[in-house]
Amino acid sequence: MKTQVLAAILGGLLAFGAIQAASAAEGQAAPKLKWTTDGVTGHFDRAELKRGWTVYKQVCASCHSAHQLYYRNLTDIGFSEAEAKAIAAGDSVPAGPNEAGETHVDGSPIMRPALLSDKLAAPYANANAARAANNGALPPDLSLITKARKGGADYIHALLTGYKEPPAGFQLQQGMAFNAYFPGFQIAMPAPLVEGAISFDDGTNATVAQMARDVSAFLIWSAEPELEDRKRMGIKILAFLLVFTALLYALKRKIWADVH
Amino acid sequence: MATQFKNPVVRWIDHRLPIFTFMEHSAVSYPTPKNLSYWWNFGSLAGIILVIMIATGVFLAMQYTPHTAMAFDSVERIMRDVNYGWLLRYLHMNGASMFFIVIYIHMFRGMYYGSYKEPREILWIIGVLIFLAMMATAFVGYTLPWGQMSFWGATVITNLFSVVPVVGTVIVEWLWGGFSVDNPTLNRFFALHYLLPFVIFALVFLHLWALHTHKSNNPLGIDVKGDKDEIPFHPYYTIKDSFGLGVFLIVYLGFTFFAPNFFGEPDNYIPADPLVTPAHIVPEWYFLPFYAMLRAVPDNFIDVFGILPIIISAKAAGVVVMFGSIILLIFLPWLDSSKVRSSQFRPVFKWAFWLFLLDCIVLGYVGGQPAEGAMLTIGRLCTFWYFFHLLVVVPFLGKYEKTRPLPESISAAVTAKESK
Amino acid sequence: MADHSSTAPGTAHSADHGHDDGRRDFLLLSTLAVGAVGAGLAAWPFIDTMNPSKDVLALATTEVDLSPISEGQSITVIWRGKPVFVRRRTKAEITEAKKTLGEKDPEADDKRTKKPEWLVVIGICTHLGCIPLGQKTGDPKGDYNGWFCPCHGSAYDTSGRIRKGPAPTNLAVPPYEFTGDTTIRIG
Repeated sequence: MKTQVLAAILGGLLAFGAIQAASAAEGQAAPKLKWTTDGVTGHFDRAELKRGWTVYKQVCASCHSAHQLYYRNLTDIGFSEAEAKAIAAGDSVPAGPNEAGETHVDGSPIMRPALLSDKLAAPYANANAARAANNGALPPDLSLITKARKGGADYIHALLTGYKEPPAGFQLQQGMAFNAYFPGFQIAMPAPLVEGAISFDDGTNATVAQMARDVSAFLIWSAEPELEDRKRMGIKILAFLLVFTALLYALKRKIWADVH
Repeated sequence: MATQFKNPVVRWIDHRLPIFTFMEHSAVSYPTPKNLSYWWNFGSLAGIILVIMIATGVFLAMQYTPHTAMAFDSVERIMRDVNYGWLLRYLHMNGASMFFIVIYIHMFRGMYYGSYKEPREILWIIGVLIFLAMMATAFVGYTLPWGQMSFWGATVITNLFSVVPVVGTVIVEWLWGGFSVDNPTLNRFFALHYLLPFVIFALVFLHLWALHTHKSNNPLGIDVKGDKDEIPFHPYYTIKDSFGLGVFLIVYLGFTFFAPNFFGEPDNYIPADPLVTPAHIVPEWYFLPFYAMLRAVPDNFIDVFGILPIIISAKAAGVVVMFGSIILLIFLPWLDSSKVRSSQFRPVFKWAFWLFLLDCIVLGYVGGQPAEGAMLTIGRLCTFWYFFHLLVVVPFLGKYEKTRPLPESISAAVTAKESK
Repeated sequence: MADHSSTAPGTAHSADHGHDDGRRDFLLLSTLAVGAVGAGLAAWPFIDTMNPSKDVLALATTEVDLSPISEGQSITVIWRGKPVFVRRRTKAEITEAKKTLGEKDPEADDKRTKKPEWLVVIGICTHLGCIPLGQKTGDPKGDYNGWFCPCHGSAYDTSGRIRKGPAPTNLAVPPYEFTGDTTIRIG
């Protein structure tokens, strides 16, 4: 009977797993890639994350915000505090009312250089401004994107490298691009990555594949900055629990030995 | 009768407030059938998860902001900036799924071994009430992160109340505190989410009181006959429950640390947007069987049952079917009139039970799929079988099933098993 | 559990298991010890969530640009949620401040400043936590030309020392350093 039950429960769990996979909507399924963050020993590759930041900053950030990130978070991916400060000072954020109580001068907001304690500067003041600048399409915030899309980083990577000519007979609306991985195959974002459009500080060749990989890895970090701590802590705690449970089992056997 | 304690401080307190006597009677010397299997671990496990959920929840509440403009970011702040905030949040999130897994096993165990039967009817009914309170708590709690699924789940489920005749709209607007799910809704859901676990706690207390009045059922389903059938709760079941807890924690923390979003929906990491509905609205997995039943009622219900449309619309029928599926469980002790509790001695009921379990799992699968084509048909068949099982199969078997002979006593059965 | 004398029927502690008992006691003790360690460790994350979080710590220091402040002027900046008074003192105020140690809580002026021109103090009255007046030009500055607390009449001098009224100690000086000629970092 026990095996029947276990089978039923396992079957149930598998069924629920299948639901998650099956309801992935109309886009083509993204191929599964290997990431340093995969598995029980998953960790971040700081050099990769720094390159990914460069891609985000120089390419994505012109349309996509990363609302959950602060400049201070950059010290977690290998920038020194001084470097992070310099990056922050290069961006400007709304300064709030001046002494006269104005927030705008001549119609444009009063700005100040960003500090480490500021969130990353957003490309648009609000969602309407973002739509207005992008043909009515809203570029989604990227800080949680790998958690907010089925397929996670695999999907982001596939999307960034998935731009193709539409197949014959496919009706592409004006201003849209064809992408096999995007639900409905039509995406308002034109192919964002162009070979050699940026240069990496560490001398890595900026191919489209390289940039797509690096920025996807960066977005894993931006969505789950706790990932490394979580997995390291998890290994220790599960090791502890295995020992503790084994002790409990031995004790249980001993205590129950005299029950007939 | 008060126990005599050696420690003078304990004795002094116990003489005035017999709390130690109470604990001694209910968790130490408490007589327990000696043949309980590991399926009896899940009750105490559920109690422990309730405590874990309340503990993590209280600390999360210290950091959370129940405001539509800030709720989503306040959860992300917990995940990123609060010390160990990610741990508490993932424990709470996965704890909800674990709670339901454990409760479902606990309920099906009760059904298999007839634990709901005389004299444990009230024990069972309180259990169903706990289940209902858990569903309500989980539902309002899922709204709090204010992601897309939070918002649309809340919208869809609260809209169910609009089927109440005449005052439906009034009730829904009362639930919302406005004309759609919005800030007042989020605020009250937070208040309720904090309150309901303590209601559950009180119900658990009653559940235990009822349990300790007639003691645990057991895999043989026969009454305890004297000391030979029993062992004291401590140390036998304290250690068995502790071991079970260890195994459970490995599973629970395994998900928490290595697959924390396994049970979740990606859409809930997108902030709520009242203007955009996600492509597939799916409730959390533990609601899927009920969601399938909700959607199973055909639109042409009206044609099928000629007379009914006057009193009930198809939408209303779906809601009635869904809530009815849970309410019906309250009557299980009377639907099943068999004097034999355990399925071990009920050859036909045993198979009906497994079919029913399979039926519920299939309903869960169907609930997660788009309601169309074959899925809709399967969902309808399974919904029909759910009610057919409870309303026809169970009463019929109670009357006509030829049960196998029961053993003389628990100890006799255990000795017979060992000598084989 | 050791402190109750009633031995329930069937309890495992029976005399004929002497050898086993020793092994079980060892097993029991080690399991309890491991369990206690686990419970202790589990409590820490809960406690630690209540400590200042990263976003709070990121705001624990405040940088202040002093260049716009002219002689005799004061500004109030917020540091860790508290008002900090930064005053560019006049020659006369400095001389006044250096003349005395104060009575109630004697302290030399040069112990309270890094550069005599700049006085940086936490603007919370040491009596019961009100914010003293004296920052704005029209404010009453009290008998000693510093600050005056409207709640119970404490008066502070140009070094922020308590000179009159119920407040027990001087206005506190926050930890700060000059990061440039005209910038300070508080905290």
